[in-house]
Amino acid sequence: MKELKSWKDYPLGGAVYDPGSTLDIDVSGWRNERPQIDQEKCIRCRICWVFCPDAAIIEEEKTYTTKTGKTFKLTYSIDYAHCKGCGICANECPVKAIKMIPEVE
Amino acid sequence: MALGLETKKSELKPLSTNKAVAEAAKDSNVDVVAAYPITPQTTVVERLAELIGEGELDAEIIHVESEHSALSAVIGASAMGARTFTATSSQGLALMHEILHIASGLRLPIVMSVATRALSAPISIFNDHSDIMNQRDTGWIIIFTSSAQETYDTIIQAYKIAENSNVLLPVMVAYDGYVMSHTIEPVEVLGKKVAEEYIPKKVSWNRLDPDRPITIGTITSPDYYYEFKYAQAKALESSLQHILEADSEFKKKYGRGYGAVEGYMMEDAEIAVLGTSSYFSNLKYAVDELRKKGVKAGAIKLRVYRPFPREQLYELIKGLRALGVIDRSISYGMTPSGPIALDLMSTYRYKNIPPIQSFVAGIGQRRMLIEDFVRIYEILERRASSNSINEETLFYGVKGIDL
Repeated sequence: MKELKSWKDYPLGGAVYDPGSTLDIDVSGWRNERPQIDQEKCIRCRICWVFCPDAAIIEEEKTYTTKTGKTFKLTYSIDYAHCKGCGICANECPVKAIKMIPEVE
Repeated sequence: MALGLETKKSELKPLSTNKAVAEAAKDSNVDVVAAYPITPQTTVVERLAELIGEGELDAEIIHVESEHSALSAVIGASAMGARTFTATSSQGLALMHEILHIASGLRLPIVMSVATRALSAPISIFNDHSDIMNQRDTGWIIIFTSSAQETYDTIIQAYKIAENSNVLLPVMVAYDGYVMSHTIEPVEVLGKKVAEEYIPKKVSWNRLDPDRPITIGTITSPDYYYEFKYAQAKALESSLQHILEADSEFKKKYGRGYGAVEGYMMEDAEIAVLGTSSYFSNLKYAVDELRKKGVKAGAIKLRVYRPFPREQLYELIKGLRALGVIDRSISYGMTPSGPIALDLMSTYRYKNIPPIQSFVAGIGQRRMLIEDFVRIYEILERRASSNSINEETLFYGVKGIDL
């Protein structure tokens, strides 16, 4: 859509011909606060991934070993281009491993 | 039927406008009908159900629980490539309001008939134009018809217009509830051949197809929304030429055409009154009466309402000494209070136009006889002669108000 220079080039009635076009839309500017995951506290329960309304929690098969020596096969991170900063992940996290950090101090 | 036209073997039937509408939907060979019965539109839906039940029309009829659902259902069907039809009136049209914008925004060629009726409260099942005027900014093409025949013809034309790939907008065909919806007139019906000859089916719009998936009705960000709405505004504006083309082609094939506006005795008219739907017929009788008395009166019918036929109407009114405009709805809190009068006063603001006197009449189907229309001409003449026309609307026929 970004390349369209005139209203004349727009698709009829707002139809979307390419699936997954939402991926191209950066909504990071909607955010007042940014979630930050503390990998040390995170217990890999996946609750944030389930609750995120924008599918902005990234689950990766990436090994992480905590300072206390515990090894997890999965690592969770945030897709900051698509996170709108709603804070649901932080609210739902059972171990308070997600903090909401103000975008502007 | 005049000889020498391309088409013959048409049939003359006694039909109320509601029945003519059902007949037109049948002859347009619609695929899907979803409608909820409401007075005075009910017999449209009844007749369509009969036609489907009798095997005269091969269509799906979706029984819905409200007008909101009726229009939603035809939107879904239209998005699947079906030729769709619905019909409503009054509160039903009001309940559709939200979905009317969605139909036009999605650019789906839905055709709907509206038997115009007053709005509650207090409840009135009778005619005025409060329902349709409330919907004038929904992005639909709105056409007023003045006879059962014209309504039959216009429903068929509406598919030609709506499905034109240069238009792709929904169309409302509006006619007066009761006065027309329940009055039986002779109607020449064209039969199902019209669907093949004049409106052959071809899906020219966005269609949901599992083999070629698209998404419609998505959220759109401030970066893109404006252009879609501008495109819609331009499509409606430029649809006028396609409405006129559809009408010309219909006239060539079947011998009847209506234009965007119509004048009666306008060639030498000094004063004229503009009306819509059945009021035009009454205005013509009033003109005949006035002409006998030596008054150079004329009558104007506004047929296409949105898009507004600015140039065509201007040609009729430009030479007049005074113009009266009868509205059958009230724009509350505005002067003038008649929506059509307001349209004229604003659209011709920078043109040389005669003084325009706004009238409101027939609210809740308050009886208007020929003599009342004659009286309106007399009031117009008196106010024009005394240079006392101003932007104030005259509410004709209200008890306690003498004009």
